[in-house]
Amino acid sequence: MRRGLSGINLVALTLGFAFLYIPILLLIIYSFNESKLVTVWAGFSTKWYAAMVQNELLLDAAWMTLKVAFVSSSVALVLGTLAGLALARLGRFPGRTLFSGMVYAPLVMPEVITGLSMLLLFVALSWARGYWTVTIAHITFSMAYVAVVVQSRLLTMDRSLEEAAMDLGAPPVKTFFAVTLPIISPALVAGWLLAFTLSLDDLVIASFTSGPGSTTLPMKIYSQVRLGVTPEINAVSTVLVGIVATGVIAASLINKRAMVIREREAQAVVSD
Amino acid sequence: MNAKHEPKPRRQRAGRGLLRRGSVIASPYLWLLFFFLVPFVIVLKISVAEVQLAIPPYTPLFDWPEGGSLELFAVGDNYLLLIEDSLYIRAYANSLKIAAISTALALLVGFPIAYAMARAPRAWQATLVMMVILPFWTSFLIRVYAWIGILKNEGMLNGVLRWIGVIDRPLIILNTDIAVYIGIVYSYLPFMVLPLYANLVRMDRSLLEAAADLGCRPAGAFWKITVPLARPGIVAGCFLVFIPAVGEFVIPDLLGGSGTLMIGRILWTEFFSNRDWPVASAVAVILLLVLIVPIVLFQRHQQRQREADA
Amino acid sequence: MSRRPEHAGGEESTAPGGEAAFLRIEGVSKSFGNVTAVDNVSLDIARGEFFALLGPSGCGKTTLLRMLAGFENPSAGALLLDGVDLAALPPYRRPVNMMFQSYALFPHMSVAGNVAFGLRQDRVPRAEIAARVADALALVELSPLARRKPHQLSGGQRQRVALARSLVKRPKLLLLDEPLAALDKKLREQTQFELMAIQQRVGITFVIVTHDQDEAMTVADRIAVMEEGRIAQVDTPSAIYEAPRSRYVAEFIGDVNIFEGRASAVNGGDVLVEQADAPDGLAAPARADGPAAGDAVLLAVRPEKIEIAPEPLPPGTMNAMAGEVTEIAYLGSVSTYRVRLDSGRTVVSTHTNRLRDGGAAIDRGARVHLSWPVEASILLRS
Repeated sequence: MRRGLSGINLVALTLGFAFLYIPILLLIIYSFNESKLVTVWAGFSTKWYAAMVQNELLLDAAWMTLKVAFVSSSVALVLGTLAGLALARLGRFPGRTLFSGMVYAPLVMPEVITGLSMLLLFVALSWARGYWTVTIAHITFSMAYVAVVVQSRLLTMDRSLEEAAMDLGAPPVKTFFAVTLPIISPALVAGWLLAFTLSLDDLVIASFTSGPGSTTLPMKIYSQVRLGVTPEINAVSTVLVGIVATGVIAASLINKRAMVIREREAQAVVSD
Repeated sequence: MNAKHEPKPRRQRAGRGLLRRGSVIASPYLWLLFFFLVPFVIVLKISVAEVQLAIPPYTPLFDWPEGGSLELFAVGDNYLLLIEDSLYIRAYANSLKIAAISTALALLVGFPIAYAMARAPRAWQATLVMMVILPFWTSFLIRVYAWIGILKNEGMLNGVLRWIGVIDRPLIILNTDIAVYIGIVYSYLPFMVLPLYANLVRMDRSLLEAAADLGCRPAGAFWKITVPLARPGIVAGCFLVFIPAVGEFVIPDLLGGSGTLMIGRILWTEFFSNRDWPVASAVAVILLLVLIVPIVLFQRHQQRQREADA
Repeated sequence: MSRRPEHAGGEESTAPGGEAAFLRIEGVSKSFGNVTAVDNVSLDIARGEFFALLGPSGCGKTTLLRMLAGFENPSAGALLLDGVDLAALPPYRRPVNMMFQSYALFPHMSVAGNVAFGLRQDRVPRAEIAARVADALALVELSPLARRKPHQLSGGQRQRVALARSLVKRPKLLLLDEPLAALDKKLREQTQFELMAIQQRVGITFVIVTHDQDEAMTVADRIAVMEEGRIAQVDTPSAIYEAPRSRYVAEFIGDVNIFEGRASAVNGGDVLVEQADAPDGLAAPARADGPAAGDAVLLAVRPEKIEIAPEPLPPGTMNAMAGEVTEIAYLGSVSTYRVRLDSGRTVVSTHTNRLRDGGAAIDRGARVHLSWPVEASILLRS
């Protein structure tokens, strides 16, 4: 009944979002700082972006990161969807407890442990560390996130839709592709995006599992940050934040528009 | 594929069902066994090996010398070291302490935000949720990095405070435990806010009206109705902040001081600087044992919640 | 409760019996933004009365109730309970309790805990709380379930817990917001009688909000019919039914046939009305504010007051019409006949089935003659 927010709630939201966003805003603002000092404003400049674009090592690391993120999130999407499907739909099967334990464990496992254990496996197998080992490590921990997203969507999905398809003569596999998959597709997109950003973001596991020549962007940023704060890192960060923010906002706008269109169509049907 | 109209013999159909189930489970199962479980066995194995100057830098668990018999080398030295050198025990204890304090702070910061979100007009809520999630999508490393510039002695926070005139000497925050608390609260705030919000928004507003109707003041109703009903969200949020914070590496490394002992950092140092893989493995095994209690409690809590919702 | 044919005005009503009003609602309005939910409502409710606010959803009845409870503040007007202005009191200080439509039982407390909650707020001594909770649970026959949690109860049991919880503080005024809406039909009817019995036993003033006319007619001493934030009529159930003052009230309560006509003459106590379907005209008792000759009027007749017969009526009979039966609905205790008049308009007539085989059989398609006594006609202003 009551509209609007009471004063105290408004204050909580304002302070809360200020806390969440001011650090990121400051980071972006100081990427345009003329001075090398990130704390003193000395005028607007884009020279750090120019420096960033000319930094070959940085660009190589960025390219490597994108390749790893794309491949690992795509494989994780397939494996994670299968895992989510197994947990949500297959009921009891031998080794289910172990399986669900292994699916959920990476969500709460400290990254240092995951990284260390993956590395020790690769060493034991004498696999050369590089692009593929990082990718495999990323697949392993990000498939868990995909599995959780897919599983929860499957559990909330109306089972009678699948039953209707089977009742109309579609065998289970066909039902999955014709009915289940389209319905859970938003969860698949969300799962893929989540896996992609997690991979893009990862420092610890990549540090353990990468070798020479497979330095990722977070590793590069980390090594520079340890040497001190520079506006160039701010510029790189701004670009990354910009890409992610654009992607997420675009995705949610597309989603919202699809919903508005669907509602409008539904209303048109009703008013007919 | 018109199974419905021309039923196949029962056994053949059952066989196909089994095959279908098997094909769904097999690939993620095998992947996790090989890339998740086996590595842990290896960590366990190496944690009882000795360090040696070789590649790989640890002794094998089994050796089968030519002409000799199977020998088993397993040493508890690495674990003894963890007990004898107080550094490790202090680091474990300190990790738990920092994680606990950060979790409490995150609850204090997160609850008012989640509460205000749940009370906001319906039309705003999707946007507010998205605004909480959005920082989570931007790089963790970058968000931690952003705080260095703010918390430094000549950083922006000190600049603002001095400009207002609150302080005349800079506050030393960066490279202290306080900076680590700030970093953890900041990084994990969405994990606290979202489960709290999910719980608070489902709460029937008429319960608070009923409490007021029965003579309960707003503050009393908050403690007697809102907080008990938000308990599952509080518990979930606390676990989601506490568990990853214990093993955190990046935040203590970038924001903490040399005295900020946290076990994730110790493991990293043992591995990368000291190249002592067996000790690093032993540290990992113990860290996992420390975390197993909260992890199992959390899983059981989530399980109970799912059952209660169903 | 005597039927009072005369009423003062549209938005006002005094409590019966001449006693000073126990609850006085004075010119209360409430708007949300530019939507007016309650528009200048005045009501007087007597001590111990069972009063119903009746209307379709969105008519403002719930908003009025919530203002009494203190969850909404009136935009204008005053609320006086036993001479005390309620506006100054927050909900937790008002001697008023509410039974919520959703019941609003605290899910983390037991049945006894829910009932005791209000007493604990008043710091009532423990022993007294225990005794009063036990009494309240006994009153609603729930004593054996005191330790259960709300989710372990059936809908009807939850409803009783909510009632016990709102009664246990012995409020001066009990507000009931659609208290029976969540129950199925049979249980609802049974509970209506229990509610009346409990109200008589505890002697507390009850104000109930409902959209169910049968419920309001059953439980209430008086009913206020609301329409778009205003009071359309306040009266006893029988007066609301037998003497509605507007088309809205006549149509909201029960079924009704309404004929549009023109007053031709006032003959003693009766008004004669010209109407095309009645060759010899219609007649109705005059009203104090009744129409003058020549005014357009509405004449309402309840279906059960219309006689239906196969034989023609003697010429010159007032309130007589003829037509063809198009549908017969057999409802057990009564049958409803839909009759199409020669003009094409449909009139509904209801008859009690006193004999097992339906009495004088009238079949579908039969030509029938309808008539009713002058006293059955109700004049409404158009």
